[in-house]
Amino acid sequence: MVRRNKEIYCYGIMNLTKYLKVYTKFLHTSLASELEYKTNILIDLITAILSLIGSIFLLSIFFQNSGSIGGWDFEQALIIQGIYTILNGITNTWFNPNLTEIVKHIREGTLDFVLLKPIDSQFFISLKKIAPSGFLEIILGFCLLLYCIRINQINLNTSFLTLSFITIVCSIGILYSLWFFISTTTIWFIKTWNATEVLRSFLYIGRFPLNSFSFSLRVFFSIFIPIAFITTIPSEVILGLSQLWKIFLEVVVAAVFLFTSRKFWVFALKFYSSASS
Amino acid sequence: MEKNIIDVRNLSKSFDITSKEPGLKGTIKHFFRRQTKSLKVIKNISFEIKEGEIVGFLGANGAGKTTILKILCGLIYPSEGSILVSGYLPFRRKENFLKKITLIMGQKQQLIWDLPPIESFYLNASIYDLDKFEAKKRIKKLSEMLEIDEELFIPVRKLSLGQRMKSELLAALIHEPNILFLDEPTLGLDINAQRNLRKFLQKYNKETNATICLTSHYMKDITSLCKRVICVHNGTISYDGELDLLLRKLSPVKEILIVCRSEEDVIKLENSGFSVKNKNKNEITIKIENNSITSSLKTILNNFDIEDLYINEPPVDEIIGKILIKKDYDL
Repeated sequence: MVRRNKEIYCYGIMNLTKYLKVYTKFLHTSLASELEYKTNILIDLITAILSLIGSIFLLSIFFQNSGSIGGWDFEQALIIQGIYTILNGITNTWFNPNLTEIVKHIREGTLDFVLLKPIDSQFFISLKKIAPSGFLEIILGFCLLLYCIRINQINLNTSFLTLSFITIVCSIGILYSLWFFISTTTIWFIKTWNATEVLRSFLYIGRFPLNSFSFSLRVFFSIFIPIAFITTIPSEVILGLSQLWKIFLEVVVAAVFLFTSRKFWVFALKFYSSASS
Repeated sequence: MEKNIIDVRNLSKSFDITSKEPGLKGTIKHFFRRQTKSLKVIKNISFEIKEGEIVGFLGANGAGKTTILKILCGLIYPSEGSILVSGYLPFRRKENFLKKITLIMGQKQQLIWDLPPIESFYLNASIYDLDKFEAKKRIKKLSEMLEIDEELFIPVRKLSLGQRMKSELLAALIHEPNILFLDEPTLGLDINAQRNLRKFLQKYNKETNATICLTSHYMKDITSLCKRVICVHNGTISYDGELDLLLRKLSPVKEILIVCRSEEDVIKLENSGFSVKNKNKNEITIKIENNSITSSLKTILNNFDIEDLYINEPPVDEIIGKILIKKDYDL
């Protein structure tokens, strides 16, 4: 029994080392591919900066006539903007280049090559590419968060950092699962570009506090498309306003979403018929 | 005796396909209510392939060749029947199984478009768990066999189709698989590139005893690589056996063009019981059955004043073409 456990442990470590090695290669090749087109990167970087400035400007217009919206004042709402910017950066760095590619893989039949590699296909198609320009958004988001922490006079301590980290990671998990789930449906519907675009549009809503919406919209954005979990709960944690049950709920929602997206992918692959040659 | 590496029993595969009537009305009807029907593309086929064999799958477009290859490498779930490839159930795509096989498709590519092929090779090497030293060794060996060198460092988008195909092969073989599934590997290549690719595959098979399953519409690929062919027609196997035997069955006679020294000999030949195809002055073309070719030629050379003679093999494309288009060709 002990020997068996030791074997499983060794296999797990070896597997982890292999996946880390492969991921390093992914990083290397996609960075090299992206750097082939310098102007494109420059344009993406400028877009990221302008997009953040535009979003803050829009937020300031909303707060111009009233001191607070849904119980959140401007300085607090900036935290949501910061988290949204980080998540949008992650979306642009990893989700957008990889998950939109699933549609192409399925339409053109190149998913065949992915499925025949001795590596987890979900890992491969979710992480093969990166768009380095999204890094700037992530950095800008963190800078904005640090600024908000300072202006809102928030005390940094271990529990605060741990809870913030957990909720942000869960948000990334929920966002990824939603995106991956939609992309997977391509196996049946072949073309689902629009669905991912609709999801992106919904994500814009994540820039505003959930309380600023009517009750019915709050229910919709909490249950059907859990945008609320993605930005509002981490922001409440940072401000020290969140109750423990909400954090627990976000962890559960993220775990359920990740688990379901995985099961859905494995299930969908049984229906993959590959493109004709 | 070599063991079976591929064993297929009573394999069938059905796909659900939708059909659409023409015109705007048909389009609207199709949008709201799709008519789906189940189409059986592979119908109860069985065959075995031995280790080290090179087998060509022949068939018209849509006959089911590629579907068979994709089922064998585990990409498509079979609807019925049993398949064992190297002792594995392919559709489970176990890691050890995937390390033993490779699929090369002439019309699809896995190389990273914007980077030199060498980057894709090292990426594949890490996926197949090869260390840098081993990967380097294999890249060197394969690039020598494929006769590519500088091309390894030029972005894929700038390579010719032939160079790209060679690089695709290298990327697909870096893990030294012992079963190769090749789906029209020479598609679009010029004659020299096709020949080089065939030479490489022969060499690879000889050196590694790898099993090769190949589909191609270029008969030269099949005749120079495959001793055995499996003819697929409408999802069923219409012939499974030696290529030579198939050619002999389909073309039991040879045409002999005989150049005589005089027109009299031509007339004599015409009246000596041979089946004559045509004659022209001192030339005559006769048909002789394959099994009596030696004795017939002996008789002709001994009894007639012959200046020259040519034995014409009917073109393989023509012969194979017959079984690809005819539903119930008697084999």
